[in-house]
Amino acid sequence: MNKRVVIDPITRIEGHLRVEVEVDENNVIKKAWSSSTLWRGIEVILKGRTPMDVGLIVQRICGVCTYSHYRCGTEAVENALDVKIPLNAKYLRSLMQTSLYMHDHIVHFYHLHGLDWVDVVSALSADPALAAQEALKYTANPIAAGEGDLRAAQERVKGLVDTGKLGPFANAYWGNRTYKFTPEQNLIALSHYLKALEVQRIAAEMLAIFGGKSPHPQSLVVGGVTSVRDMLSPARLQEWKQKHAIVQDFILRAYKADIVMAAAAFGTEPSVLGGVNVKNFMATNDFVLADGQYMFDQGVIMNGDLAGVSDIDPDSIKEDVTHAWYDADKAQHPYEGTTVPNYTGFVERDTVYGKLPTVDGDGKYSWVKSPRYKDEPVEVGPLASLLVSYARGNKVVVDSVNGLLEATGLPIEALFTTLGRTAARMLQTVIVAEEGLKTFDAMLVNMQSDESTYVTPEIDSSKDYVGHAMIEAPRGMLSHWIRIKGGKIENYQAIVPTTWNAGPVDVNGKVGPYEASLIGLELEDPSKPLEVIRIIHSFDPCMACAVHVMDYKGTSLGEFKIDPNGF
Amino acid sequence: MDTHAALYQRCKTRLEQLKQTAPRQTVTLDEKLKENGITRREFMTWSASVTALLALPLPFTSLVSEAAELADRVPLIWLHMAECTGCSESLIRTDTPNLDSLIFDHISLEYHETLMAASGWQAEENLEHAMEAYKGNYLLAVEGAIPTANNGAFLTVGCKGHTGMHIVKEAAEGAAAIISVGTCAAFGGVQAAAPNPTGAKGVQDVINKPVINLGGCPPSEKNIVGTLMYFIMFGKLPALDMFNRPKWAYGARVHDNCERRGRFDAGEFVETFGDQGAKDGYCLYKVGCKGPYTYNNCPTERFNHHTSWPVLAGHGCIGCSEPNFWDDMADFEKPLGRQLLHGVDATADTIGAVILGATVVGIGAHAVASLFAKPLEE
Repeated sequence: MNKRVVIDPITRIEGHLRVEVEVDENNVIKKAWSSSTLWRGIEVILKGRTPMDVGLIVQRICGVCTYSHYRCGTEAVENALDVKIPLNAKYLRSLMQTSLYMHDHIVHFYHLHGLDWVDVVSALSADPALAAQEALKYTANPIAAGEGDLRAAQERVKGLVDTGKLGPFANAYWGNRTYKFTPEQNLIALSHYLKALEVQRIAAEMLAIFGGKSPHPQSLVVGGVTSVRDMLSPARLQEWKQKHAIVQDFILRAYKADIVMAAAAFGTEPSVLGGVNVKNFMATNDFVLADGQYMFDQGVIMNGDLAGVSDIDPDSIKEDVTHAWYDADKAQHPYEGTTVPNYTGFVERDTVYGKLPTVDGDGKYSWVKSPRYKDEPVEVGPLASLLVSYARGNKVVVDSVNGLLEATGLPIEALFTTLGRTAARMLQTVIVAEEGLKTFDAMLVNMQSDESTYVTPEIDSSKDYVGHAMIEAPRGMLSHWIRIKGGKIENYQAIVPTTWNAGPVDVNGKVGPYEASLIGLELEDPSKPLEVIRIIHSFDPCMACAVHVMDYKGTSLGEFKIDPNGF
Repeated sequence: MDTHAALYQRCKTRLEQLKQTAPRQTVTLDEKLKENGITRREFMTWSASVTALLALPLPFTSLVSEAAELADRVPLIWLHMAECTGCSESLIRTDTPNLDSLIFDHISLEYHETLMAASGWQAEENLEHAMEAYKGNYLLAVEGAIPTANNGAFLTVGCKGHTGMHIVKEAAEGAAAIISVGTCAAFGGVQAAAPNPTGAKGVQDVINKPVINLGGCPPSEKNIVGTLMYFIMFGKLPALDMFNRPKWAYGARVHDNCERRGRFDAGEFVETFGDQGAKDGYCLYKVGCKGPYTYNNCPTERFNHHTSWPVLAGHGCIGCSEPNFWDDMADFEKPLGRQLLHGVDATADTIGAVILGATVVGIGAHAVASLFAKPLEE
């Protein structure tokens, strides 16, 4: 007799996600459903507004990968209007992206994903002196892992536990047997969790230097970047560089070391050695190193075949809504898509927690659509980006990946796992931090002879324009698609990393990366599904992004009245 | 308005009340400060800066530090509705790092979906437990707008499949105070922009209790933490403006304290981004700055540990702490001219919020505004 498990809310992510699984009598997952439970309708709101405001509005799709949509939306408009922005603007945008990654990936690993790997309660019984010795095994100069640091971290959390008031640590899955760290290793990671709270603030300040604030920076415009005074100020440039050094130091001496430690401890734990069941990956080229040179390569890998990487064909991207809460009669290309919400709700049934509303797997069950590439599901994200660059023979990436495999003694196949996905995110952070300095230096050289940061865009209201942009966001490939008519936005669509990963099953019965990653996983206790949460977190879900759909095209907006001036 | 003496007394009484409640922690703040290498002196310096931030006279400094030590007695429930998590991201960027994380250790964070370890059924249990155990005593913070169309079906949270609207109403019942963190929770925000397909509303429009609105997309970390501290110190809501925003943070126009105000008065304007004026820090009014219509402390507090704010980065203010700004302030890179805002008439008490060129702003501004005003029929 199979049992249904409902997990809602999936916490420590951006947004609202429900996951349901069905387990057999041995607690092995046979079926899984990923359901997004919020719709906001941003693309509907964009219709009829000026293309110049696109970036600021679409940035509000998400405050975690803040800046990603801002840049992508701005560049989609630039592509439509054929605006060629100055080189300094490219560099500044790239440095802001570097800052974003250094912030976002650290927060993801320590504050969102970390508690799936680290048993906080176990850390309380560690011996700080032994733990300090342990830390030296993974790096020669650990950070926040001396005996004193570790004792302080332990005392601080003890204070919470002794009163029975665990605050954010309350009622979690402590003691689950798939936690594999020793108490000492848990303590090292816990100390880094606390230290990372401080470091991530500094990383966020890096983005604010050229962006004005973080989250939601405000220095990009169609045609370039506005923070020319910050660029021209040696004090500001040094401020960025100093903060970069502090954050990079933490990445190398804590983040990287902790992943090596996790690889050693979790290397034989079955629940983290699966989790990659859709072996198709896609990534785009991004991070400007110099004019026309990128840090990461673009391409598609099908069936895990690293020898057969091909170029992305944008015309092969379609979205299917068979099991999403929308009406449409066939899969659609982003320029042509239509969206009419059609919410059908949940179905009551027995679960391990008693009777609950659950997803209707045979019908519609999510606000996320199912994008497909040549009719196949695809995974995007740091793992996809590294695999594509690795397959392309990108020297920096090849050396970085091989270095990690050497340090951990793991084979290349280990990348195709939950653990590999988490390790790839760390490697990407290391590369972005290191290579970002080259972008910085290239900008310094260019500034000597060229101070331009902006070109005025031309828009002819008697003409129609079509454009799109593809970038790598922290969670994977992001594309925005726009049509402009009469000087206003006629149609807009964002296809977002989490949509690729989290979408429901499609019309052909093909299952997306989230749902596929859970099949065959054995749970220790179905009512406390830590193993599921760990795998889903390894994708770094960003649901507010994923539910963005495009607007009604052409005819009726039903009851909606568009008045772009709001008067 | 309380006089300072009365306020001081009120604050003392509140702290006395808090002292009577059982502590949640065995480690005192002093011990924690020591562990984290923070001297008593640094702590007092921080307290003084919070005092200044809250626009209180210096004698209040000791009360601020005392309040910080007692803060652990206030349970906090933080709900996520139709949002982007930007406000939570702003919260985690609070500066003076060790201290702020200590302060948050001292608030008992009962429920916060981005930060809590528990998930699913267990997370929902935490929420239900906190609402029951601390009935009448917890702080409720809401991030995001409430979708009301289709009976709220555009958002459900939790295994029981309740709508966001249902959850907010229930949590508001037992809350000692309710804080709408960010423009979405305060006024509906981006998802409420025309044509508002999900019927998104601010918290104050779906419940019948007073709400403190922290406008901003997102509000700065200072405005979020400062507001929590006010409640802890005084056990009441701070003085609010016409949109229920705390006056200590939203009492002045961005334009009033802008670092480029001198340029405005001198008539020196950036004509296009990246021009010589932009390099020299000229006023951004002609490229769309909405500072004259926007109430917030961005120019004085800035964001991210005083690192920057949009105007410093060369982009005009977009008015993000104001109701309906997505519709009323667009186009963001064109001057607004002399349109009425918020649909209110230019009566004496709201004139400052309504129109550039009112006597408060001064004749120079008026003249400039007339020059770039876009015709209303546009």
